[in-house]
Amino acid sequence: MKNLKISVIVMLLLTVSFTNAQEKEKMNHDHNHNKMMDMKGDTKAEAILSDYFSLKDALVADDSEKAVEASTKLVASLKAFDESNYTAKEQKELADIIQDAIEHAEHISKSEIAHQREHFKVLSKDIADMVAITGTKNKLYQQFCPMYDKGSAWLSTKEEVRNPYYGSRMLKCGKVQKTIQ
Amino acid sequence: MKIVKIIAIVLLVAFLGIQFFPVERNQSDSVPKTDFMLVNDVPSDIQNKLQVSCYDCHSNNTQYPWYNKVQPVAWFLEGHIKEGKAELNFNEWDSLSSRRKASKLRSIIKQIESGEMPMASYTLIHKEATFSEEETQKVVKYMENLKDSL
Repeated sequence: MKNLKISVIVMLLLTVSFTNAQEKEKMNHDHNHNKMMDMKGDTKAEAILSDYFSLKDALVADDSEKAVEASTKLVASLKAFDESNYTAKEQKELADIIQDAIEHAEHISKSEIAHQREHFKVLSKDIADMVAITGTKNKLYQQFCPMYDKGSAWLSTKEEVRNPYYGSRMLKCGKVQKTIQ
Repeated sequence: MKIVKIIAIVLLVAFLGIQFFPVERNQSDSVPKTDFMLVNDVPSDIQNKLQVSCYDCHSNNTQYPWYNKVQPVAWFLEGHIKEGKAELNFNEWDSLSSRRKASKLRSIIKQIESGEMPMASYTLIHKEATFSEEETQKVVKYMENLKDSL
């Protein structure tokens, strides 16, 4: 009886240490994978960025309908994002960012232009925070308009300023805050 | 005349019939630890305002007056509660991350300021849910401070 007990305990210990080791290996693997991703770029994050820029262009053009279209696509690409290749801490942060961004993109897909722009402000912050983790293969410009809602930023692929918060009303209002590479 | 009578009877039967459809009630005895009022230091007048104006659709507990138990009003209400809770549930406030809280607070402020919330169909019956100008200012200021403190 005592023997049986001991062997059960030993087996348990073995299982625990084995799974633990497996997990560690998995983490190592993730880490390596992550490094590889950094070099290749995260295609899912690039897809999100591409939809975000279509949305931004629609708002620059005062085109609410196109913004609806672009944000609907953006919701889909956000939902398709896969954070499993990042570290545990980054995963948590990314999941939070993506969840928040989905909500704002969904609102944009259901609103008129003034409301779309309100949500675009927070969405832009989410996307900038995402890029800070995922990186991107393109050079991006973070631009800033001091007038809209006590100052609002957005991302662009071009250096010249085209304001998505005011569109034609104040197309060139704003400045480049920083470049992201 | 006969047709009117028939229609009236059909409508009456339909009205009585739908009363038998069960409705999911949004009611709960306990307030979770994550509740907005429990995790934030909310002044009592603002607590009261939020409770009266928001909690019916944005928490796990709705105060049901009698007419909300009558169909099809109950259905109509049920839909709004479901939608409202999906958007914002004050009872689950603290389960949100700081980022999500900031987003929610931003929406709360905008909706109250613009008068979009509480909804017109709600204040039509719940007169006490309407925000006076003073109440709007007070609640918005409180929410803004809360957002800045995140």
